[in-house]
Amino acid sequence: MAKATKRTSTCVAGRGLGGTIKRDFQKNKVKYLIVALPVLFYILFYYVPLYGALISFQDYSPRMGMLGSPWVGFKHFIDFFKSDNFGRIIKNTFVLSGLDILISFPLPIIFAILLNEVKNTAFKRTIQTVSYMPHFISLVIACSLIKNFCAYDGLINGFIAKLGFEPYSILQDPASFKWVYVISNVWQEMGWNSILFIAALGGINEELYEAAALDGAGRLRQTWHVTLPGIIPTIMIMLIMRVGQVLTVGQEKILLLYNPATYKTADVISTYIYRKGLQDFDWSYSSAVGLFNSVVNFVFLIAANQISKKTTETSLW
Amino acid sequence: MILNVIFMLVVIITCLYPILHVIFASFSSAGKLMNVSGLLLHPVGFSTAAYEAIFSNTVILNGYKNTLFILVVGTSINMVMTIAAAYVLSSKDVFWKPFIMMLIIITMYFQGGLIPTYLNIKNLGLYDTLWSVILPVAISSYNLIIMRTYFMGIPDSLLESAELDGAGDFTKIRHIVLPLSGPIIAVMILYYGVGHWNSWFTATMYISSKVKQPLQVILREILILNETNAMKGGDNGLNISETIKYATIVVVMMPILIIYPMLQKYFISGVMVGAVKG
Repeated sequence: MAKATKRTSTCVAGRGLGGTIKRDFQKNKVKYLIVALPVLFYILFYYVPLYGALISFQDYSPRMGMLGSPWVGFKHFIDFFKSDNFGRIIKNTFVLSGLDILISFPLPIIFAILLNEVKNTAFKRTIQTVSYMPHFISLVIACSLIKNFCAYDGLINGFIAKLGFEPYSILQDPASFKWVYVISNVWQEMGWNSILFIAALGGINEELYEAAALDGAGRLRQTWHVTLPGIIPTIMIMLIMRVGQVLTVGQEKILLLYNPATYKTADVISTYIYRKGLQDFDWSYSSAVGLFNSVVNFVFLIAANQISKKTTETSLW
Repeated sequence: MILNVIFMLVVIITCLYPILHVIFASFSSAGKLMNVSGLLLHPVGFSTAAYEAIFSNTVILNGYKNTLFILVVGTSINMVMTIAAAYVLSSKDVFWKPFIMMLIIITMYFQGGLIPTYLNIKNLGLYDTLWSVILPVAISSYNLIIMRTYFMGIPDSLLESAELDGAGDFTKIRHIVLPLSGPIIAVMILYYGVGHWNSWFTATMYISSKVKQPLQVILREILILNETNAMKGGDNGLNISETIKYATIVVVMMPILIIYPMLQKYFISGVMVGAVKG
């Protein structure tokens, strides 16, 4: 290639891997200098904590540090599996996450397909602008609105009363929590998450639709036979990534919305980690639960990837 | 077709109404607002008292100041770091590139977790400084990959001919890469900026001094934890504090709601259609 021939002749052209590395360093010195800070960033803020996660296997105390704290093997993991909370938070995590995948995942796709059918450009743009709006509102504000609307004398209870039902404090009710969580997710992210699918829809060849129309396919059949196959790879990739996060429930939102009355259904792994670690200062135990969380997520990611590879020939790697 | 339009109108109303509700309530007079339950379609009894209370409140103004610092410094660091990494990782013939990519991608799936990260911040001496919410998020790997994909779309011939003219890497970044990347840079500034503006969780973990707390943390105390005495301006009685809450929401969310529609046409270039596979 052009770059290879441009190499300065002063460079001692060694042979084999060592020579390649030397030549590469000669040529790309500045590039490595540029990327040094980002690499340092990843080491300092990702790999050091990754190493720090080893405290999961210790009885860590800040006084003795990582080197001085005693190793205890899988003690904290076993404690976690045996604890009364284990069943509850695993169940809550899967319920909230599962419901979220089931509802919040397909809706942006449906929204994107329906939006694609809107032919009036101005109307289309307005819908998009407005539907992105909730995404830009901070969680603190969104949750305060949720609290406000869900209050006993709030907007939603106003409707409930009009429909002839008994109003109740929605956020104090364990059974309602999952719906508050999922519906508010849909409200905040449906429009935003549809962007990717809108982009994918824009990439579908217009001729495919014309051909389908010539074959006598109506709107619905075109959607089924042209639109869907066109965006399936995008859908699958997003689904794999989502499933790979199955245990990572929106902890920030739950921390803002839950209260002791709803712990029964709202406490999930990440909020449990937060309470154990930063309120009870149970460093090692909390860290072990976090590690467990990462590992399970990774297992789900691999499983989803394999299934997708087999069924739709789309995969992350 | 008709059904579709109705569906879209429902989407518009559900997304827009809560925000209008807040705006109307913030301009309402506190006493009258108390008696309204249900839909609010206009301010009840116009009043700007709540806004006057906010703009003379030192706690909120101080929070604004902290947030602005985090926003400006944080986003600048984000952009420099992301552009630097994306440029190198999109160049050809760099021997260690796959290894650096691997280093980054691993972190997207494996992280130390909440507590090790927290202890790391303490060990680095960042605890209770504004840097604790700036430096740990200096690069978002997703944004980096989007940017890298965009840079890879720049024609090689342009970069090669610049190189023949003797241009070094910095010259190429300044005179070729950046001028061709306007849309993606705009979107990235927005993404990072919104992230800083709206973040609260890391600040509650890492910043303990009241005077260093950003806006969202103060907002949380006022709105979620209901500590109206968190801001001393609220002592005009319980009634006014309700409108103050709404007005606070408005002054915090408005800047972003005004800016994002201007960049909307670039959003598509900021998604990862082809990029998710890295």
